Amino acid sequence: MSTMSALLPLATLASSLLTAAVIFMLPEQAVRTRTALNLAAALIKLVLVIWMARGLVAGEVYAVEFAVVEGLSFVLRVDALGLTFAGLSSLLWLFTTIYAIGYLEDSPNRRRFFGFFSLCVASTLGISLAGNLFTLLIFYELLTLSTYPLVAHRGTPQALAAATVYLRYTLSAGLVLMIGMVALQVLAGDLRFGQREFLAALGPEARPWLIGLFWLLTLGFGVKAALVPLHGWLPRAMVAPAPVSALLHAVAVVKAGAFGIVRLVYDVYGIAFSASLGVLDGLVVIASVTIVYGSLRALAQQELKPRLAYSTVSQVSYIVLGIGLFGPLGTIAALAHLLHQGLMKVTLFFCAGNYAEELGIHRIDELDGVGRRMPLSSLAFTIGALGMIGMPPVVGFISKWMLGMGAMQAEMPWVIAVLVASTLLNAAYFLPILNRLWFRPGPAHGIGTWPAERAPSRLETSVWLLLPALATALLSLLAGMLAGLPFSPLQWATRVVEQTYLMP
Amino acid sequence: MSPTPLHLLWLLFAPLALGLLAWVRPPRHSGLVLFVAMPLPLVALWLLLGLDDGPMAGQLALGPLTLHWRLDGLAALLWLLTQLLLLASALYAAGYVRTTTLGQRAYAWLWPLMGGLALGLGLIWIAADLLLLYAGLELMGLCAVGMMLLPGNAEALTAGLRYLLFALVGSLTWLLGIALLLGAWGRLDLAGMAGLASVAQPDPVTQIAVALLASGLLLKGAIFPLHSWLAPVHGSAWTPVSAIHGALVVKASFFILLLLWRALLPEAIAGAWALGLLGSLAVLWGGIQAWRAVGLKQLVAWSTVGQLGYLMLAFPLLAGTSAAVALMAWQATWLQLAGHALAKAAMFMAAGNLLLSTGAHRLEGLTGTSRRLPLSLMTFGLAAVTLMGLPPSAGFTAKWLWLQASLASGQWLWVVVLALGSLLSAIYVFRVLRCSFVEDAPEQAFRSLPLGMELIALVLALAAIGLGLAAGWPLSFLAPVGVP
Repeated sequence: MSTMSALLPLATLASSLLTAAVIFMLPEQAVRTRTALNLAAALIKLVLVIWMARGLVAGEVYAVEFAVVEGLSFVLRVDALGLTFAGLSSLLWLFTTIYAIGYLEDSPNRRRFFGFFSLCVASTLGISLAGNLFTLLIFYELLTLSTYPLVAHRGTPQALAAATVYLRYTLSAGLVLMIGMVALQVLAGDLRFGQREFLAALGPEARPWLIGLFWLLTLGFGVKAALVPLHGWLPRAMVAPAPVSALLHAVAVVKAGAFGIVRLVYDVYGIAFSASLGVLDGLVVIASVTIVYGSLRALAQQELKPRLAYSTVSQVSYIVLGIGLFGPLGTIAALAHLLHQGLMKVTLFFCAGNYAEELGIHRIDELDGVGRRMPLSSLAFTIGALGMIGMPPVVGFISKWMLGMGAMQAEMPWVIAVLVASTLLNAAYFLPILNRLWFRPGPAHGIGTWPAERAPSRLETSVWLLLPALATALLSLLAGMLAGLPFSPLQWATRVVEQTYLMP
Repeated sequence: MSPTPLHLLWLLFAPLALGLLAWVRPPRHSGLVLFVAMPLPLVALWLLLGLDDGPMAGQLALGPLTLHWRLDGLAALLWLLTQLLLLASALYAAGYVRTTTLGQRAYAWLWPLMGGLALGLGLIWIAADLLLLYAGLELMGLCAVGMMLLPGNAEALTAGLRYLLFALVGSLTWLLGIALLLGAWGRLDLAGMAGLASVAQPDPVTQIAVALLASGLLLKGAIFPLHSWLAPVHGSAWTPVSAIHGALVVKASFFILLLLWRALLPEAIAGAWALGLLGSLAVLWGGIQAWRAVGLKQLVAWSTVGQLGYLMLAFPLLAGTSAAVALMAWQATWLQLAGHALAKAAMFMAAGNLLLSTGAHRLEGLTGTSRRLPLSLMTFGLAAVTLMGLPPSAGFTAKWLWLQASLASGQWLWVVVLALGSLLSAIYVFRVLRCSFVEDAPEQAFRSLPLGMELIALVLALAAIGLGLAAGWPLSFLAPVGVP
């Protein structure tokens, strides 16, 4: 199985990279070929990731590595943690691709869009399979480069300005990361993820350096993870098309940042060593501030997408909060939420996109009575929103419950207060939307008109737009109700944690 | 069959012979050029692979003069790079002449000049004494000036003559330096001089002589603050000429400077730092000027000034540092040089394609190119990835090694320079890419280009990217220790 072991991670990566290359070579008009290719690649990738997950459970090892220069290696190595993120991105990529095909129907520059879209997912996969910091950085920067054209896609002055802000944040952060990673390499050599004992063995004189580097690297990852005050790019990037927002918020970009912090704490420093350095408490404080601040800002937004954007700022920090809570339960919460937030957020963005496409709705006060005109989208939105608030049986409840347990285990009861405050704020900014959707009379009841209604179709909107939203909503529901089954996000997270905590 | 000195001679003079042939009958088809010139890089590759038993060296007695030469892994690599880039440029030129209106005679002259340039560069890579270096440098410089003058318009003549003036002043200081060294040491072969320099304390005459040689080279290599000739000359030159000039000609001066410095003043730390500081200023100034540049070709040319500055960081990181640091700096330098050469040639060609097709000379004229010229724009972007030092490219791996060397040796200043340089390059690159995304611009007339012209540039840009991850193979040919 040795050839297989090297082949599978490369094939998974190639499934998106080659798709990108082929799409760039296809002519703009080859819509059918491109669609088929996109869907086939997304399916193949999902199958490959599932295959690797099964193999990993059975004890297989999948790894490739070669030396770039002496003492610096390119390493791809599949582990349970990496597969968590890879699985999330492959699953959501499939839905986002379907959605994007419908969303961008008959719009210009689709070749460029789908080419960079594939490249973006390839980078996400590379981030999840990377086996050392050098490899992680390669794909992390590639993600920056491949998302720029997506944010700038519409070419309007606002889109270009948002893309420029995005670059300003992410490229500076990439540079900070690079300097931090090189400094870590100077201190400890070319560390593989999981070789946690090296840093701990460096001795007391290295501790100040290690603490400084930890915060430097967190600063670098924190930009993509949209930690306050590094979150400024995210709400502006809302001008991008809806599938791109889904990609930024749920699948790729903010998740890449959060995943970077996960790797940093668990696989570079090691959770026990991080705790002994005292950096975890700092993470908890930053995450708590971000959670509350993001929720407050979300409450102040009058438009739907910016409200969702600030909600992302807040929700992604749950992951960081879970990392900061020293103990297995906090870790389980962090990893499970990485998956849960993706499912719920992508649903919300799909629905917001549907409202904008079908009815021209951008502002929250235009949502009155939409539930009657678009019941299925609104149902999906409701599931996502209730999940975000933490209502059982949607998965968001499990995240919050585990976080609370983790806080008790880490002996930080005040974190519960943060969670309660955040839940109240979540309810305060989501429930009015649900109220408008279902209980307020609007154009569907003959009062007023929609801002810009599309010609009615057989369903409430195009199938390409509706199905992904329903599918992800269903998954967020199922993942919550069936959390006890193997391969559910919660069980998978538990599995990762067993490895993290039981292995030295 | 292993390489012999005869093969070297063949590789030196074959390009010139081909150039003269093409002067008589200028080629109009890329296919023909490819067919005739393809053996050259192959021979260079064969020479490189034949160096398993260690470097080749020898001398040639011409009456009272003895010329020393030496072909080691580095020289062979650079020679291979030279042949590849010259081939790419020649292929591009054959397409270029079909899409633009070039003067018949001027176009014919391009070929022997290119051949002469190949000979000059070849001499520089294998030279092991100052006389041979001088010959190579002069031949290269004169051919480069000649190529810059080819467009024949007033703008090109002014810029070209200014370049000639700089080059001549550079040559004069060089001659003066050589004369001083010959008087003080009585010999001009680098190995022998290095042997003497390693036992004797550097005397003032040597220092002055090396300073003269260095300033001559800084002039020819467009190193800050002696760079002012570079941007105007590229603004008016033909694209294949710009590509070859930005990629190779300025690098040759840097190569000689590093060679001399390592041989004659290996321990001169203050001087090395001075060169490193000059390089830092070049990085910043080149970046700022590229940021402000109005035309696309000027932007690319200014970016060369900045990127050459990175190379100068080699001096402080090689002088008096530990073996591990020196090795990293040594590898980073050649990786950056090769990566930049490939990327810069690609970028000039892509920029040339964009300008040729849109007819615009200002950045604002590039609106809408992402729809009409996606391939050239993509090439520009890919080349820019290397220049920005973003992964996975040669520029990135080189930057990583430099950062590691700077941190490991405690020379923090260069970390700041590398960081600022990267940010500046991102700023000027995205100025261009940003323009291409604008959608509401008026539709322009786009000229279609031969696919070959776009593909050559793309291949070069991809090579610069690939070199980042495949750096291990070429670097394995470098001498294992920092000292050449």
